[in-house]
Amino acid sequence: MKITREEVLRVAELAHLGLSPDEVEIYQKQLDAILSYVDKLNEIDVSAVEPMAQILHPFSVGVITATGGIERKPFDALREDALQPCQIADDVLAQSADSAKPFFRVPKVIDR
Amino acid sequence: MSRSASWTVASIRAALLAKKISARELADEYYARIDRRNSELNAYLTLSRDRAYAQADRVDAAVSCGDNLPPLAGVPIAIKDVISTRGIRTTCASKILETYVPPYDATAVGRLDAAGAVFLGKTNCDEFAMGGSNENSAYGPVRNPAAPDRVPGGSSGGSAAAVTADLAVVALGTDTGGSIRQPGSFCGVPGLMPTYGRVSRYGLVAFASSLDKIGPFANNVPDAAAVLSVIAGHDPCDSTSAALPVANYPAEIEQSVTGLRIGVPEEYFADGLDPEVKQRVEAGIALLEKLGCRRVPLKMPHTGYAIAAYYIIATAEASSNLARYDGVRYGLRVPGSTLTEMYRQTRDRGFGPEVKRRIMLGTYALSAGYYDAYYLRAQKVRALIARDFSDAFQKVDAIVTPTAPTPAFRLGEKSADPLQMYLADIYTVTGSLAGVPGISVPCGKTSAGLPVGMQIFGPHFGESRVLQVARAVEHGLH
Repeated sequence: MKITREEVLRVAELAHLGLSPDEVEIYQKQLDAILSYVDKLNEIDVSAVEPMAQILHPFSVGVITATGGIERKPFDALREDALQPCQIADDVLAQSADSAKPFFRVPKVIDR
Repeated sequence: MSRSASWTVASIRAALLAKKISARELADEYYARIDRRNSELNAYLTLSRDRAYAQADRVDAAVSCGDNLPPLAGVPIAIKDVISTRGIRTTCASKILETYVPPYDATAVGRLDAAGAVFLGKTNCDEFAMGGSNENSAYGPVRNPAAPDRVPGGSSGGSAAAVTADLAVVALGTDTGGSIRQPGSFCGVPGLMPTYGRVSRYGLVAFASSLDKIGPFANNVPDAAAVLSVIAGHDPCDSTSAALPVANYPAEIEQSVTGLRIGVPEEYFADGLDPEVKQRVEAGIALLEKLGCRRVPLKMPHTGYAIAAYYIIATAEASSNLARYDGVRYGLRVPGSTLTEMYRQTRDRGFGPEVKRRIMLGTYALSAGYYDAYYLRAQKVRALIARDFSDAFQKVDAIVTPTAPTPAFRLGEKSADPLQMYLADIYTVTGSLAGVPGISVPCGKTSAGLPVGMQIFGPHFGESRVLQVARAVEHGLH
């Protein structure tokens, strides 16, 4: 098994999911099959490859050249940090199961 | 019976201007058809008549005043239920957002509104866009209008089905690993995934932020181009949206394809491809050659690793994005004695099995001790797949493949085995990882009458080229 029962329980805890004993067994089996398949990534030598977190560098855009290739051109991706009026607080709070303007209410977190 | 498309963007415009029909009458016509057929197809989750008729009335007022009509005036459109619509319930086909009503429009939606479109309603999909059959919706599967015992594909199955059954003229879908192209292929309508960054993601409920794209379905390629022209462009609310000018796609797609170099990668025609699908796509390629394209054999050596890389990266991003559903600010809240208990109960009750599976896989791939082995390695393989594409586009103008290895499968056929379902994404996830634009365009039918889709990839921001080749195929096959 690529993933143990304890690891399934630990992952569920990290993800704030409460699983029934049946679910633990099913997910262990299914995740094991998927992770075994994913092992094929180990067939490739990636020692000289930079990881790719984004398609386009955040400070450049691609421009199609005459030959159909792509050329990267810098552009200013950051906008001004300017305040803008935003009058949606009531609408936003109305979506919560429990709110008391201007707060969302949750069960007590700290005992004192 | 599957396709009875009566209206196009252009014919609606002409009829409105000639006062042969009003936008309100057109909305009536579509709602009547939806009322007749939606209980069978389950394509729509929510109808938005109030907003639709208000939009239609605005168009009719403009017509009677003789004002210039915006580009999509009066066009009835369906919107996938993972895209935020102000005042219209947006569930992501999940129980956790069953009652959620967004206080704002996604940028793409706002642009459609300004362009005169009429929002018929929100379409069914796999929960949080996670799936390839629409069977992961918390509100029941969608049926394929072309073959009702079969899936419409996913995750944008409701949008594809709505357009196919003429329950909308055009629709918005989203594509993370194939969720526009594959349902387009299964239902037999064009579906376009734009370049990453071409259409703002602001207001799109996030699944995998480095992969998510919004794009159109239509009954013909020019209508897809018309919608793209409206929704594309830079948006200050999405720093990953590109500040490149938006082309006049409807005009550019009519250009001749003579002289274009069409790449055919051997990896997409290997074992596992249904022989009839292969035959249809080969016939489509032969058509392009007849039109003056040059066929160029390609090798894209990392194709076989794309599913493994995709399902690590997409689930890792999903596990992080879906952490926000905790019952505090919106959606379902299941009370608990402690805050942690409330989170757990809410998520346990609110998420379906596939969403939980992907959150678990992604959490595992990001967790201490496994990050390098899974997530980091997948990101490196992603770079190699992207390099396959950039190398290919040194030699060719477009790449042509099947969209999916099979035609639409039967409801329930793959739902018990998640890995088998993932493997069906083999031809679409490559382009998703590389961020290039891709379209699925109808390319004939199997002997059983099931639609087959041809996929066309272009270089980054090469939407015009992708649409142009798709248009040639569409035109040539009819």
